[in-house]
Amino acid sequence: MAEKRHTSTHYGKELRNIKEGLIYLGAMVEKAIECAIRALVNRDTELARKVICDDGEIDQLDVKIEEKCIRILALRQPAARDLRFITTAIKINGHLERIGDMAVNIAEKAIILSEEPPIKPYIDIPRMAEVARGMIKESLDAFVHEKTSLAQKVRSDDEIIDNLNEQVFRELLTYMMEDPRKIHRALIIMQISKSLERISDHAVGIADMVVYMVTGKIVRHAPVCKNVE
Amino acid sequence: MDDNHIIELNGVNFFYGDFMAISDVTMAFEKNRVTALIGPSGCGKSTLLRLLNRMNDLITGTRIEGEILFDGKDIYAPEVDPVDVRRRIGMVFQKPNPFPKSIFNNITYAPKLAGITGRSDLEYLVEESLKQAVLWDEVKDILDRSAMTLSGGQQQRLCIARALAMKPDVLLMDEPTSALDPISTAKIEELIGELEKNLAIIIVTHNMQQAARVSSKTGFLYLGRLIEYNVTEKIFTNPDMKQTEDYITGRFG
Amino acid sequence: MKGTVGFQAASRAIQQSSPDEMKRKLPRGSLRWRYLKQQIFFTVVRLSALIISLSLGGLILYITVQGLPAINWDFLTLPPTDSMTKGGIMPAILGTLYLTIGAIAVALPLGVASAVYLAEYAKQGRFIRLVRIGINCLAGVPSVVFGLFGLGFFVVFLQFGSCILSGALTLGVLILPTIIGASEEALKAVPQTFREASLALGVSKWRTIYKIVLPLALPGILTGSILGIGRAAGETAPIMFTAAAFFTAKLPSSIFDEVMALPYHIYVLATAGTQIELTRPLQFGTVLVLVGVVLGIDLVAIVIRSNMRRRKRW
Repeated sequence: MAEKRHTSTHYGKELRNIKEGLIYLGAMVEKAIECAIRALVNRDTELARKVICDDGEIDQLDVKIEEKCIRILALRQPAARDLRFITTAIKINGHLERIGDMAVNIAEKAIILSEEPPIKPYIDIPRMAEVARGMIKESLDAFVHEKTSLAQKVRSDDEIIDNLNEQVFRELLTYMMEDPRKIHRALIIMQISKSLERISDHAVGIADMVVYMVTGKIVRHAPVCKNVE
Repeated sequence: MDDNHIIELNGVNFFYGDFMAISDVTMAFEKNRVTALIGPSGCGKSTLLRLLNRMNDLITGTRIEGEILFDGKDIYAPEVDPVDVRRRIGMVFQKPNPFPKSIFNNITYAPKLAGITGRSDLEYLVEESLKQAVLWDEVKDILDRSAMTLSGGQQQRLCIARALAMKPDVLLMDEPTSALDPISTAKIEELIGELEKNLAIIIVTHNMQQAARVSSKTGFLYLGRLIEYNVTEKIFTNPDMKQTEDYITGRFG
Repeated sequence: MKGTVGFQAASRAIQQSSPDEMKRKLPRGSLRWRYLKQQIFFTVVRLSALIISLSLGGLILYITVQGLPAINWDFLTLPPTDSMTKGGIMPAILGTLYLTIGAIAVALPLGVASAVYLAEYAKQGRFIRLVRIGINCLAGVPSVVFGLFGLGFFVVFLQFGSCILSGALTLGVLILPTIIGASEEALKAVPQTFREASLALGVSKWRTIYKIVLPLALPGILTGSILGIGRAAGETAPIMFTAAAFFTAKLPSSIFDEVMALPYHIYVLATAGTQIELTRPLQFGTVLVLVGVVLGIDLVAIVIRSNMRRRKRW
C-alpha cells in the first residue's frame, strides 16, 4: 500500500519506530521458542537457562514499546489508520510478550525433563513449535505489509496446531495408562504442548488485530475460526 | 424528503465567477444532531455553510446550481426572501462579533425588528437566550454594560445567545472557537452538546478533535467536493475513503 | 572546481587580515554612511514640518495682530455704516452662517444617501467606477466654476435669483463630493462582521444599514462633512454670483433674500470699497472673524469625533 508521508515527519518517524520495535520483539520471541524447543530436544539445560534469563530483555522491550504507544496516544491524538495502528501495536506487543513467557515456561519444563529419562523421542512437539513459529512470523509479516491474506493463513494454521495438540494429548494418555511412573513426565510434556497451542492462539490474536488494523473490523470473535482456550 | 432531515442538498454546484467552489454536493443534515464539516483551508466548507443561509448572496458574481431544501422547500427559489431563511437558520461566526451595544440590546436587536416589542417579553427572551447559551449567571447583573467589555469566550456565547433569541431551527457555526482559548472552547463545545437537544447544528471546524468530540456525523470536503459523509466515529476510526484517512491522520499536502 | 577556488581565495583573504582589522574595515564605513543618510532624511522631514507650522503660525499671528484692534462688541453686532467704512459686520456673519447651515442641510442627506448607495448597494462595476471618478473630479473643480454653475442653473434657469437658497445650493453642490467621499470611507471602515452578524439574524439589508452600519459610521461621516463645510464657508467665488450682496441694510427675511457674507465682504472691502486704505483694520477684523468661524466649525468636528471615538470600540 503506497503510503503518503506524514506532514509531521517526526510523527511518521515515531510510528515507524514502533513498527521496527515490534519486528525486533517478534524476532526475539521466535528465537526464544526455537531455543526452548532445542533445549528440550537436546536436553540442554544451559540453553534453557539462557532462554529464561533472556526473557528479561523481552520484558524490557515490551515496556518500552508500550510507553511509546501511550506517548503517541497522549501527544498526537492519532485518528483513523494511525489510531488503528497504535491500538494494534499495543495489542501485538502484549501478545508477543505473552509468547515470550510461554517460551520461558517451555524452557523451565525442559530443565525438569532433562533430569529424568525420556519417555519417547520428540516428534510432534518440534513440529508444533515449527508451525507456531511460522505463524508468528506470518502474522508479523501481515502486520508489516498490511496483508490480510497472510493473516487469514495464520488462522488456518491454527487448526494444524490444535490437531497436533490433540494428537499429543491422546498419545501421552496411552503412555500414562501403560506405565503410571511416566505420568509425571507425560503431564509436563502435555503442558509444553499446551504452551505451544497457546502460542499459536496468540499468533492468531496478532493476525486478527492486523485484520482490524487494515479493515477496521474486529474479527476476533468471528465464528469462522474456533479458538479453544 | 426524509422526516429526520432538516436540510437537504441535491447536486449543488456553486461558482465564484468562473471558479467552481462547490461541485456536485448532495447531502442531508439531520434534526437535533450536530454535523461537522472538515477539510483543508479553501476546500469550500465555509462556502457550503454560507450557502445554507444565503450569506453568499452578499458576494457579487456568484451562481448556484442544484437545490437546497430546508423543511422541504428550496431556499433558492425565486419567491423566497433570504431574510426569512436567515430568521430560521441562525449563524455564529469565527470571530465573536457582538454589536457595540449593551448586552441586553445585542439580544433584543433582531427580535425587536421582527416585531417583539413588549418590555416583559423582551426581558424574558433575554434571560431565556442567555440561559440557553450558559451565559446568564455571568452577565445577569451587567445587562446594560457594553458587550465589548466581555471576554472573547463570553462574547462568542453572547453571539450564540443572540442567534438563539430568533428561535432558529438550525444553527450554523463557522469555526466558532478558533479565536478562543481552550477553556472557552470547552465551554462552547459543552454548550453545543446541550443545544443539540433543541435544534440542528452544523459546524465548520479546523480542529478535528473538536469535530470528533461534538458531532454525530462528519463530512469531509476537499477541492469543493464532498469526499465522504459518514458517522463521526467511523470517519475517525476507519473512514471509507483514502483521502479522508490521509487528511485526518495528517498526511496531507 | 570553481567553488573550491572561490573558497580558497576567501580563506586566504581571511588569513591575511586579522579579525580586528576586518571588524574595522567591513561594516564601519557603510554604517556611518547609512547613519548620515538617516540624519539627512530626518532633517528634511523635520524642516518641512517646521516650515508648515511656522507659516501657519505666522499667518494667524499676523491676522490676529492686525485684526484684533478692530474687533469689539459693536463690530460683531452692528451692520456696516457710512458706506461700509465704519460700523460692524453682523449681517455678513449671519449670512455666512445661514449659507453654511443651508449647505449642510442640502448636502449632508444627499451626500450620505449617495455614499450609502455607492458603498452598500451599487453593484461594483465599470459604471460605478466611472461615477466615482466623476465625483473625485468634481472635488477638484475650481470653486469659481461652481459659482458660475450656480449662477446659470439656480439663479437664472430655476429663477431663484441671487439669494440664500441659490448660495446654499451652490455651496452644497461644492461640498457634495467631499461629503460623499468622507461618508463612503466611513461606511467602508465599518467592519463587515457587523453587517454579517445583523444579516445572519434575519434583518433586512436596509435595516442593517440604518440600525447598525450608519450609527457606527456617523462619527466619520460627520467629521468629514463638517471639515468640508468649514472649507466651503470661506469660499468667495461660489457665493459671489449666487447669494452675496455688496451691501444690505436689513437682515434677510426669507431664503429668497440676498445676504452679505464674510468672504465676499472682505473681497469687497479690499478691492471695491471707497476708501480701501482707511478700512484696512476693518478688513483684518473681518478676516479674523472668518478664520474664527472656520476654526470653530473644525473644532466642532474634532469634539464630535473624539466624543464618539470614546464610545465606539470594536
